[in-house]
Amino acid sequence: MKQNVLRMKNISKSFNGIGVLHSVDFELQAGEIHALMGGNGAGKSTLMKILTGVYQLDEGEIYIDYKPVQINSTQQANEHGISMIFQEFSLVPTLTVAENVYLNKEPKTKLGLIDQQQIREKTKEILQDLQIDIDPDTEVSQLGVGYWQITEIAKALTVETKILIMDEPTSSLSKNETELLFQLMNRLKAKGIAIIYISHRMDEIFQVCDRVTVLRDGSNRLTNKIAELEMDQLIEHIVGNRVGDAFQWVERTYDHNAMPLFEVKNLSIGNKVKNVSFTIKPGEIVGLAGLMGSGRTELARGLFGLDPYQQGEIYVRGQRKDYKSPQQAIEAGVALVPEDRRTQGLILEHSIRENISLSILQSLTKGLFINTKQSNEIATEYVNKLAIKTDSINKLSGLLSGGNQQKIVIAKWLATNPNILILDEPTIGVDINAKIEIVKIIREFANLDKAVLVISSELVELLAVSDRILIMQKGEITAQHDRKNITSEEELEHAIQSF
Amino acid sequence: MQSKVSKLPVKQLLSIDWRKYMVYIAFVVVFIFFAVTLQDQGFLTTNNLLNIIRQTAIIAIMAVAMTFVIGAAQIDLSIGSIAALSALICALSLQAGIPIIFSSLIGLSTGVVIGLINGLLVTRLSIPSFLVTLGMMIIISGVAMWITHTAPVPILNDTYNFLFGGGSIGGIPILFFWMLVIAVIGHVILKKAPFGRKTLATGGNENAARFTGININRVKLLVMTASGAAAALAGMLYAGRMSSGRYTFGEGDEMSVIAAVILGGTSLFGGTATVIGSVIGSLMIGMINNGLIIMGLDVSQQNVVKGLIIILAVAFSKKAIQR
Repeated sequence: MKQNVLRMKNISKSFNGIGVLHSVDFELQAGEIHALMGGNGAGKSTLMKILTGVYQLDEGEIYIDYKPVQINSTQQANEHGISMIFQEFSLVPTLTVAENVYLNKEPKTKLGLIDQQQIREKTKEILQDLQIDIDPDTEVSQLGVGYWQITEIAKALTVETKILIMDEPTSSLSKNETELLFQLMNRLKAKGIAIIYISHRMDEIFQVCDRVTVLRDGSNRLTNKIAELEMDQLIEHIVGNRVGDAFQWVERTYDHNAMPLFEVKNLSIGNKVKNVSFTIKPGEIVGLAGLMGSGRTELARGLFGLDPYQQGEIYVRGQRKDYKSPQQAIEAGVALVPEDRRTQGLILEHSIRENISLSILQSLTKGLFINTKQSNEIATEYVNKLAIKTDSINKLSGLLSGGNQQKIVIAKWLATNPNILILDEPTIGVDINAKIEIVKIIREFANLDKAVLVISSELVELLAVSDRILIMQKGEITAQHDRKNITSEEELEHAIQSF
Repeated sequence: MQSKVSKLPVKQLLSIDWRKYMVYIAFVVVFIFFAVTLQDQGFLTTNNLLNIIRQTAIIAIMAVAMTFVIGAAQIDLSIGSIAALSALICALSLQAGIPIIFSSLIGLSTGVVIGLINGLLVTRLSIPSFLVTLGMMIIISGVAMWITHTAPVPILNDTYNFLFGGGSIGGIPILFFWMLVIAVIGHVILKKAPFGRKTLATGGNENAARFTGININRVKLLVMTASGAAAALAGMLYAGRMSSGRYTFGEGDEMSVIAAVILGGTSLFGGTATVIGSVIGSLMIGMINNGLIIMGLDVSQQNVVKGLIIILAVAFSKKAIQR
């Protein structure tokens, strides 16, 4: 039996009289990677905030190395060896790796000045220990996102860390960077550090974690070894009795001989997209698979008029459309749900209603003014239709969970009544319930004889929703497969990676 | 974290965004304070209250346009200098015998053109508006000193002086009506017209606005131009009130205007804005000025107190939003 490094016992917490955690038990062993899963609102982040001292518990006890402890501040959490790697990186891009690693913990020279030499050497040691090959003098802004993550981890290792919490660490990483991170996590594990790994990505959980704890509605539903579980079982525990077969592929019917609703011929954008051609029939959902950097996002941007294309033609219902701006793309009936909802999709400090109506301001305007009544009606309609969980359409969109935010972005575009809907990573960082619902929304939209292009790194989802899958490599569409001819995720994975 | 809003009135009171109303609360508090302490010195007399409006209306007019500029996450430091130059050019036009209507249009277009240049530099060359308008402020104030070699230009046209600032209708200063008209137009555009929403979208998240098909450069160009136009109008009102054009008009006004807008509840980082708040913010600064003068404080003391009150008011509203 391994040593328990952490035990959280009967933890309860409520806000304004509403219980968020109900007697949750959570145990962590030294040298394990423990997945913490659950839908949004399940209580994961509250539990972690209690552990890191951001919130104080109402009831319950915390033991570290079998000794009861009080954690009343992040400072105290650090003293107990608890470190958290944040989703939004807390690095200063204009400083070097070494300067970031020792930020606010700088060793001083006799004169009380920062000992730059020592910072550099100590950082080098940490990096070498992790077998990571980066120069500590590199400015962080020069590094890829994957290395930002590593710098964050190095930062946590400058103090004696026993427990490392990672919240969706791979959401912005490429395949290779994710691999690198996993190798690193295994090395940390071998050093006896316990890792709490929060993620919505099933395949990663199965790949890297030893045990899993599932929270639902503020209670512990399962703690088990990953190796003893099937993915279906795990999903069932997370979503409760709402297990949908949404992630099962269903063969959809549409007229395969119809005139294409959307056609792209020989499109080239910069040096990122080369000579891309494809068609989408009315009612068809086409998936686009490819590694990060394969030109997927650049293609989506070009198809929405955000970047100019140097060569090629775009047709909507057989009519040539040469749009040069998003405004013209919208007029042609094209809509794009961008890859980053927080920076590209939403205005977080504006209400749900304002965000949804932003794309249709012109049609909402009667005379000089926006028709408030109509804009309320449309917002309410979509909040109901897409099951956006909120108490009011006037709530600030930044206060909602990731899944609900993504639904607002989708609602904003459905409101324009587009013919072609392009979705770039529509389910990134959203919980499994919301994923299931988004897949359903996409299908229902396509059923109206509309064209859909889904770009996603999550192959399970791509396989669930697509009728046809395009493979993109180094800016070119290298292959396309009918969904029914693909038998497994591995097959698709292989198709993407092979050159 | 999802917390359901309870129906208890206490909860509703707690859930009000106090930042939005801070300026109104502060306004009332300061007003009552002066009304009580300066009762015998005539703070509450009609004459004095009208005086406050007279002194504040011009700042308020610029603040209305600045609300759009800051709402779009831009800034305009050149308004004070635009006011001076427009006043001078309008005065020179009147002196040359050009009819009021054309003289005022010439004055107005001075501001429009400068605002447009500001906007073009911001959008075409992607220079931050802070730097563009800082440079423009220095250039324009230089030009204003240059064209008459710092000499004032008297305005002998009584109709002009009546319409642009000097006159009263039914005892109410005409400046009040100017302020009212501009404030109503500004408020309606910000809250009801598509342009207002596009402005706030651009200021709230430029990227998302662009991804939604909003022409963000057009928005920036228009807010900068509107700001130039409002500054020109302000300058012409100064000219009417003083029966002359002077290069010193509007000196330091940019800071008073920005303070009034922020005090009113508009976010310095864009995305949320209120025209009514900006007008109340301007009135409050005017009222504080007035009260302090009546109290007998000299200019140096007035400045110290004014600065303190601005910092306090903003600090309170920050506190309120953190709850």
